[in-house]
Amino acid sequence: MQALRTNEAGLRQDGRMERLRLFGLSSPALVLILVILVIPVGWLFYLSFVGSDGHFTLENYARMVSQRSYFRIFATTFRVSILTTALCIVIGYPLAYFLSQVPTRVANICMIAVLLPFWTSLLVRTYAWLVLLQSRGLINTWGISLGLWHEPLPLVYNLTGTLIGMVHIMLPFLILPVYGSMKAIDGNYVKAAANLGASPRRAFWGVFFPLSTPGLFAGALMVFILCLGFFVTPAVLGGGKVIMVSMKIVSNIQLFFSWGAASALGVVLLVLTVAILWLASRLLKLDQIAGRGH
Amino acid sequence: MRANDREALPISVRGVTKTYGPVHALKDVSLDVRSGEFLTLLGPSGSGKTTLLMVLAGFTRPDCGSLKFGDEEVIRTPPHLRDLGMTFQNYALFPHMTVAGNVGYPLKLRRVPRPEIAQRVEAALETVQLGGYGARRIDQLSGGQKQRVALARSIVFEPRILLMDEPLSALDKKLRDQMQIELRHLHDKLGMTTVYVTHDQREALTMSDRIAVVNQGRIMQLATPRDLYERPANRFVADFIGDSTFLPVTRSGQAVAFNGTPLVFSAPPPAAAELTLMIRPEHIVLSHDGPREGANNFSATASDIVYQGDSYLLNARLDDGSRIALRGGARGVNLMALPAVGDRVTLVLAPEDTILIDASEA
Repeated sequence: MQALRTNEAGLRQDGRMERLRLFGLSSPALVLILVILVIPVGWLFYLSFVGSDGHFTLENYARMVSQRSYFRIFATTFRVSILTTALCIVIGYPLAYFLSQVPTRVANICMIAVLLPFWTSLLVRTYAWLVLLQSRGLINTWGISLGLWHEPLPLVYNLTGTLIGMVHIMLPFLILPVYGSMKAIDGNYVKAAANLGASPRRAFWGVFFPLSTPGLFAGALMVFILCLGFFVTPAVLGGGKVIMVSMKIVSNIQLFFSWGAASALGVVLLVLTVAILWLASRLLKLDQIAGRGH
Repeated sequence: MRANDREALPISVRGVTKTYGPVHALKDVSLDVRSGEFLTLLGPSGSGKTTLLMVLAGFTRPDCGSLKFGDEEVIRTPPHLRDLGMTFQNYALFPHMTVAGNVGYPLKLRRVPRPEIAQRVEAALETVQLGGYGARRIDQLSGGQKQRVALARSIVFEPRILLMDEPLSALDKKLRDQMQIELRHLHDKLGMTTVYVTHDQREALTMSDRIAVVNQGRIMQLATPRDLYERPANRFVADFIGDSTFLPVTRSGQAVAFNGTPLVFSAPPPAAAELTLMIRPEHIVLSHDGPREGANNFSATASDIVYQGDSYLLNARLDDGSRIALRGGARGVNLMALPAVGDRVTLVLAPEDTILIDASEA
């Protein structure tokens, strides 16, 4: 029996070492996450339960329930995020489809155009929209001089301006994953559908679209989550009429020096975001099962 | 399956040309597939056989030409209106549908009532010996099962023409051999006109009524497997089908000589100026008692002998330097009686196995 177990201990040790080395590679990232994410978030969580007198309190949370304005801020945040996500899907999905169908060389050039905004500062892009959209801005000036409309359209300092700016900034986050999942769809699936009698429209909705949904869900979720915490664009283009949670957090700190209230808002936003992620992952699984069932 | 409700359709291809820039994928191809026939397009990769199949299916638009299913011109008909079954090389089963969802898809598109869909799907699955697999997911199937589902999906709507693009290439050899026989039986049972694409000559010889050998966008020869093997029309076909030795011969009128020695042969040689002698390795035999009367004898030196399980392969070098291969059954042969490397041997070719072909490539 002894002969059959040759080198057993040594081989097991080798396996352990291999796993340890692999773990070693991820340790810088783990340390970083601990330092810049887990500790600050934990600190915020703690702060949200401390009142102005330095004692434990729930007043920061009670205020959110009792004051209507807080409810409105959360409602606005979700409405803006949902609208932005929906517009990104309506604009981004067809564009991603176009990119996935043209030859790779053309697609690469177009992709540069899609990604170009990524290389420009967020602030610059937001102020650029301000220049374009304001009542004496480029769009209104041209529209009036071309006789398309007569009074300056209210394109900025409102929900419209906020949405225009946010959709523009979020679009690449939707297009990239959708494009990725479309490129991964074997062209033979659509050919097979056509061969079996599906018109181009039915082949698209019956085969291509369902196979592209993983990318669509991933992209939409990313856009939605990013929108929930967005600050710069709504602050500049909303003109104080579109107040989102992030802006309330800033004003709590900068105007009222109330770290506790700001932290509580952050915690609630974080909890809601996690809840949405969890719900979405549940729904996606259900959807996959339903998709396989029919 | 209701096999004979709808008659099989003949296919007629006339003058089809397809170019990709300067490359001719198909050069003025004409081909007739008889109704109910199993015809194989056989050729090396890049020969144009798949392009021709894609033209039949409607996925490739040719530059010019005519394509008729029966009497109907379909060259400009989009793929979804051609009503033909097709299996793809990698099966192309929809991963977001079950087995039954896949097989029922063409029926759903044709607005067949639900109960009838369920019934016909199950019948099609039984035809390919996968009865009861309807609820499985595609990723739960083995390669052979996927192949069967793809087949069921392509025949469930009873198309009168079935196209198959290298359907067995992804399977292992044992399963492939078994599926070849099964596909052929299925074809005989359902009776639809079948066009099959493969680069595997053995597969083509096993399954087909007729084989079209395709090379460089043209059909080199269209013949039954037996004619193709025994009477290849040209050097390319002879070379592509089977492993042959080719020896240069000289012609003067009806007389043909190799290395100055006149050859005896039973079939008249083709009318070409340049001829080549084709020797199949299983046609030439080893003589232990010297040259034989009335046959063609070659003296050679054995260069190596390879044992291959069911047979042995003897490579020899003729006196003029050309190489020749001989294959014999290994069973019952005393391998010790085979020549050793370097031995002088006499190889004998009977007149009926002495096949003279056109030496040109096309």
